[in-house]
Amino acid sequence: MSPILAGVLQVSALVAALALVHRPFGDYMATVYTSPRHLRAERWIHRAIGSDPDAEQRWPAYLRAVLAFSAVSTLFLYLLLRLQDRLPLSLGFRAIDPDQAFNTAASFVTNTNWQSYAGESAMGHLAQTGGLAVQNFVSAAVGMSVAVALVRGFARSRTGTLGNFWTDLVRGVVRILLPVSVVAAVVLVAAGAVQNFAAPQEVTTLSGAVQHLPGGAVASQEAIKNLGTNGGGFFNANAAHPFENPNALSNLWEVFLLLVIPFSLPRTFGRMVGSVRQGYAVVAAMAAIWLCAVVAVTALEYAHPGAAAQAAGGAMEGKEARFGEGASSLFAVSTTMTSTGAVDSAHSSYSALGGGVLMLGMMLGEVAPGGTGSGLYGMLVIAVIAVFVAGLMVGRTPEYLGKRIGAAEMKLAAAYILVTPALVLCFTAAAVALPTPPDSTLNPGPHGFSEILYAYTSGANNNGSAFAGLNADTQWFNTTIGLAMLLGRFLPMVFVLALAGSLAGQKPVPDTAGTLHTHKPLFSGLLVGAVLVVAGLTFFPALALGPLAEGLS
Amino acid sequence: MSPTSSVPRPEPAPHPAPVPPAPAGPGRRRTAGGLLDPRQLAASLPDAVRKLDPRVMVKSPVMFVVEVGSVLTTALAIADPGWFAWAVAAWLWLTVLFANLAEAVAEGRGKAQADTLRRARTDITARRLTDGGEQRVPGTALRVGDLVVCEAGDVVPGDGDVVEGVASVDESAVTGESAPVIRESGGDRSAVTGGTRVLSDRIVVRITSRPGETFIDRMIALVEGAARQKTPNEVALNILLASLTIVFLLATVTLQPFAVRAGAEQSTVVLVALLVCLIPTTIGALLSAIGIAGMDRLVQRNVLAMSGRAVEAAGDVSTLLLDKTGTITLGNRQAAGFVPVDGVTARELADAAQLSSLADETPEGRSIVVLAKEAHGLRARREGELGHVAFVPFTAQTRMSGVDVTGPGAAVRRVRKGAASAVDAWVAERGGTVPEDARRAVDAIAAEGGTPLLVAVEDGGGARVLGVVHLKDVVKHGMRERFAELRRMGIRTVMITGDNALTAKAVAEEAGVDDFLAEATPEDKMALIKREQAGGRLVAMTGDGTNDAPALAQADVGVAMNSGTSAAKEAGNMVDLDSDPTKLIEIVEIGKQLLITRGALTTFSLANDMAKYFAIIPAMFAAAYPGLDALNIMRLSSPQSAILSAVIFNALVIVALVPLALKGVRYRPAGADAMLRRNLALYGLGGLLVPFAGIKAVDLLVSLVPGIGS
Repeated sequence: MSPILAGVLQVSALVAALALVHRPFGDYMATVYTSPRHLRAERWIHRAIGSDPDAEQRWPAYLRAVLAFSAVSTLFLYLLLRLQDRLPLSLGFRAIDPDQAFNTAASFVTNTNWQSYAGESAMGHLAQTGGLAVQNFVSAAVGMSVAVALVRGFARSRTGTLGNFWTDLVRGVVRILLPVSVVAAVVLVAAGAVQNFAAPQEVTTLSGAVQHLPGGAVASQEAIKNLGTNGGGFFNANAAHPFENPNALSNLWEVFLLLVIPFSLPRTFGRMVGSVRQGYAVVAAMAAIWLCAVVAVTALEYAHPGAAAQAAGGAMEGKEARFGEGASSLFAVSTTMTSTGAVDSAHSSYSALGGGVLMLGMMLGEVAPGGTGSGLYGMLVIAVIAVFVAGLMVGRTPEYLGKRIGAAEMKLAAAYILVTPALVLCFTAAAVALPTPPDSTLNPGPHGFSEILYAYTSGANNNGSAFAGLNADTQWFNTTIGLAMLLGRFLPMVFVLALAGSLAGQKPVPDTAGTLHTHKPLFSGLLVGAVLVVAGLTFFPALALGPLAEGLS
Repeated sequence: MSPTSSVPRPEPAPHPAPVPPAPAGPGRRRTAGGLLDPRQLAASLPDAVRKLDPRVMVKSPVMFVVEVGSVLTTALAIADPGWFAWAVAAWLWLTVLFANLAEAVAEGRGKAQADTLRRARTDITARRLTDGGEQRVPGTALRVGDLVVCEAGDVVPGDGDVVEGVASVDESAVTGESAPVIRESGGDRSAVTGGTRVLSDRIVVRITSRPGETFIDRMIALVEGAARQKTPNEVALNILLASLTIVFLLATVTLQPFAVRAGAEQSTVVLVALLVCLIPTTIGALLSAIGIAGMDRLVQRNVLAMSGRAVEAAGDVSTLLLDKTGTITLGNRQAAGFVPVDGVTARELADAAQLSSLADETPEGRSIVVLAKEAHGLRARREGELGHVAFVPFTAQTRMSGVDVTGPGAAVRRVRKGAASAVDAWVAERGGTVPEDARRAVDAIAAEGGTPLLVAVEDGGGARVLGVVHLKDVVKHGMRERFAELRRMGIRTVMITGDNALTAKAVAEEAGVDDFLAEATPEDKMALIKREQAGGRLVAMTGDGTNDAPALAQADVGVAMNSGTSAAKEAGNMVDLDSDPTKLIEIVEIGKQLLITRGALTTFSLANDMAKYFAIIPAMFAAAYPGLDALNIMRLSSPQSAILSAVIFNALVIVALVPLALKGVRYRPAGADAMLRRNLALYGLGGLLVPFAGIKAVDLLVSLVPGIGS
């Protein structure tokens, strides 16, 4: 089979599988977040943490719960890493340094999973499974909770309440992430991923050298790593490591896992606001951007000029031979556009323009389809902006799903879209302008600039993938990327929840022939345009000096 | 009602509604004021310069940033002179100036009107009634509750209600309409406006406004824009524009460290030029002009909006409450058909009906004469042609009118028309009977909501009924299409009438309104408005009576008729000086047009950025990274010319769009989807493509200047 045909078949199979699963899964998630009943296990958890699962929260209370939970999580994870040497199951690894522990704690709590360490040579079983894997579940569930709260803001009227964070959090973990992860992990084990709690194996190779083969709960962590769009690999090589991602089939399964929740949540949204077509319009915009990026990156990788690339049939440097350009590009686009950050190839080695598209994928604000929950709420905020300008053009005060977009709503949406560009540009500028940080780059010229730009783009957008080449384990990068991750995660959440509260308090405007219809292809197109304009115009100069300068020369 | 009126009215019209002076219909007036007149520009220039004051500029965040940039580049040009720095500085100042000019021109159009109004206000002497008699005081000394007397030739010294007498008043100073109007004590036509002139008779007015707060004072403030506050939507749009400005400010400021790393440090002048080109200056420059021009478009149509908020709300209205009489129908019943009884031809009936109506000067009577002529070619005969004629006028007792014709040989032919019961009795008295088919016709017409008039004759052959004239409310020409248009725009129309449900339903169906409220009391109206608002709909209505005031205040857009009471004018948020209730539809369109203009220019402004990037980025960095010259798809002649061309285009596009901002984008009633598609294609796609051509054209000119081209 020709590699191009294989690529097309893989993408088609993936799209078909997502299309098939998206409806029942999205409907199921809508039921999870709207059902009045609690499972017995959930009641136990609520009793243990002392929360009333049926108490409705207004937005400030919901936000306080989100922030308090995340702060405690960060502190807990920080201590777990700092005290690793004194806790059991450490495999003899030492305690993590303060700056790296802060960076890692921030990284996993914010669903970023940026890793400035190498998992197999720094983290014991307790840190991996009891610390990082737990955050893989709960940080994803936090994102979904905030998204659901915003959807409730649209769906509810004349009330200030957005549901209960603790209920949403617990349900997200117990009813969605845990069961699907179990299935996903079993499939990965069947495909050949490692799952054990054993000490590393000593192997003597043919040449007589002794190799140290670490194992661990790899498959289970791999499952939630992708399902929760986390991305933190068990091993430093992440999904390029054969123990994590043994073959083409497991590769495709992992791509499916990291896309399935973000692409199904719009259906949940449509169900909850009472019009599945509204969900289709959102998912269509997400899918269009994602598919264009897949095609663009794949084409750029195959077309890479140069003798070595020609001989290999494409840019194979930094890619696994068992995946090839097609599957690697598919994984790379999906992981950068879902805020996952897991990688099965080195993004730094992509062609300059291909790497630029990956970077742009994150700069779009992780909305196509974006992270678990964060993708949906990001896209809905962009929709608010798009509706505002388009709504004016039909001669009415803009409204979305029957809610007026006035000055208060605009203020929050505008603040939301300001956060990540500000973080990315300011931190990158500081890193470039200060004397020492640029020493971390491996390459001179535009590629070295891309390394830094990519790092902050990945951090502020809570993606977590690395461009490679950049030595990020310095005090400067650990601290600033840690800050970028925290601010890039929680500031937008503040604005989203405030927006949800403001929307939920409104009375709905009835739909008439004069209303801008947001469930039609025209609106999907408008959404795509808004996503591209908002991000594209902001980052064009920076991209010009990085990937464009490198790729066009 | 004229004494000769022969038409029985089943119920009085809800208001003695004034017939609008201007024919109201779908025809739209368009003011030609959008075209820029050089004299107007010159007159506005001093104002535009005055607006450069940073304390004024700061209200528009986008243009304030441009002004700061202008100061900065000017300082840099002084410190390190060069043609490029000076050229950029000059064009940045022009950009700010063009924005101010747009606003000044928009305001200037109101100023002329304000001056006329001011003339009406100055130096009025009031004749205040005191216990002992009359006292002459300046108009400014009047207090609320004072009684003043005005006689023919006097100028009314302040707003008030007539408490005694009746007079004809020339209100042209306020309305521009020269035909005098009647103002009388009591009823719905008691309000007089300060500054208007009494033409005849004597009235006593109770003053209702404090000096400086009269209607004319408020009008002056409104048309001058002094009372202008940012409307809610304008505030929201300003927030979006401010945040975009911050984004681009960040993108520009952080670009310098990136550039230094690339070995291509940029001069501050170039960075300022990039910033100004990226921030949404087009919409930022024209935003306030659009708002002022929107108010002005209402003023041109003789509507005064008390707040910009009301104009915006008009665009959002989804329910229109329209009074039947005068708005939907012509206000008078008209003959629509002749229904003869068996054995009588329609022509005979028409002839008799016409004969009986010759002296009837009411619109109903005239309409019978006209219909007879149109339908049966019967010429209206003059008295002399008929021999001796005696007209029988209508009285409340007989409820009939007609004519007695004494023909040759002293044979008298009596023709009568009138209410069914009256004519019935008249015929019976003379020994005739009303045939069954006439009764059926009468019932059928009544059931349809029309008014039946029986026509009978007594001559040699005795008294007999000839047939029935069908009178009905005539819906104004074009209203049906107008309502269909509104429906496409998503607006529901509800007809309000004092008629019974049967009549109301018939008229509603004929006019094509969506709903009607029959036998409406002010309380019913109020309840309807509250019901609509509870469903999230915005309601617009017109009214003139004191009993309309609560509903006018409750409605989101309440248009008071200038002919109405001062209570109604206080309660509404707009006043229609022409007192034309049909204008509500135009007001809605102006509101929509205002919002569309804002949205279209915002889209255009943002779409422009793409081309500017393609001009400026290669100009900045092609030296360091030659590959980036591939982005110079316009093939601009030199880096400096490219940057300057982008700046010049950015300034000129403001001037080019001033007429559009003042006139508003073309508005055609259509569904939201069609409208969005059209405006997106025009202003989105156009905004993307136009600057590529524009910047290239400017570059061609700039490169002709010696020493600039490459």
